[in-house]
Amino acid sequence: MEFGNKILVIIPAYNEEKRIASVIRGVKDHLPLAEVLIVDDGSHDKTRWAVIEAGAKVLSHPMNLGYGAALQTGYKFALDKGYEAIVQMDGDGQHDPSFVPELFGVVQRGEADVVIGSRFLETRSTILADKIYQAPFVRRLGMRVFGTITSLIIQQKITDSTSGYQAMNCKVLEWVSSDKFPWDYPDADVLIMLHRAGFRIKEVPVHMFENRDGKSMHSGWRPIYYVFKMFLSIMVTLMRK
Amino acid sequence: MPIRNKVVALVVGLWMLLLIVELVRRRKLREEYSWLWLMTGSVILLLTLWFDLLKWITQLVGAVSPSSTIFLFAFLFLVFISLHFSVVISKLTDRNKELAQRHALLELEVHELKKKNLPPEEGVLSKK
Repeated sequence: MEFGNKILVIIPAYNEEKRIASVIRGVKDHLPLAEVLIVDDGSHDKTRWAVIEAGAKVLSHPMNLGYGAALQTGYKFALDKGYEAIVQMDGDGQHDPSFVPELFGVVQRGEADVVIGSRFLETRSTILADKIYQAPFVRRLGMRVFGTITSLIIQQKITDSTSGYQAMNCKVLEWVSSDKFPWDYPDADVLIMLHRAGFRIKEVPVHMFENRDGKSMHSGWRPIYYVFKMFLSIMVTLMRK
Repeated sequence: MPIRNKVVALVVGLWMLLLIVELVRRRKLREEYSWLWLMTGSVILLLTLWFDLLKWITQLVGAVSPSSTIFLFAFLFLVFISLHFSVVISKLTDRNKELAQRHALLELEVHELKKKNLPPEEGVLSKK
């Protein structure tokens, strides 16, 4: 499969004016042919302006809709403009952009329809080992539980079902742009849905860095809701035909 | 049913029906969401005028007294209407998201179209 220039990197961002420019630069350094699209999810700071100054495209939500909705806006844009593959990554600098070409490569070679960047697989080098992201215990436990559930259901080993560092081809784009996509915390449930829709999933190792300001979408009471939502979503997914 | 209770129930039932109709007339309540309330007002009126029906329902559900039956159905009604509104809110949330996404996509398209037609110094984006 040859993608030419039709590749897009989607980065949802919320109040990331300080870091977004360096994330964009990182992607452009490693994949100069790719277009970078930032989905500004109703930021209160100057994220939008920082993106324009960095020379990337920006889609701005008029209000904060959440990570999943921001991703889906990017998917809809990619589908509308005819991109043949996309990579999605976080705007907080946690995802090492040097792995973007590897994620793309797997989709490009047709080895999988969806590629997940896993922080738990052995990486290609150990140079950055000291900077590898170490999630807090409760979060690690959650990742392990949902990873195991996903692996059991799709009969394939998934080590990092909560990773937002992913790549996908246009067939998957069509699916995730539809109203089937669970835009409220899409994680393990999406992988199960994609598997049931017949898409091939593959994990590749990536580096993830520590979140420097400790800001997370899983803070406060949200982890409790997240666990509830994920269990319910997986259960109803299994009940659907 | 004592006459005083009957009068109070009739007034409440009628007042409720009139209030709902008036809210629909003033376009403050959509017809779509008025039917549950109209049905409630009608049921209050019906049970007031036909007390034997309430007694029969009380016997049917095994309640101690007609007032317990009324409380039971009032509670069930509130649960049902809350569920109904949760469904409506879910639908509205989805639509809200769709609109915001479409707004963002169109805004970028307008911005790129304007950029093509305007000299570079007349940028169309303003700082937030």
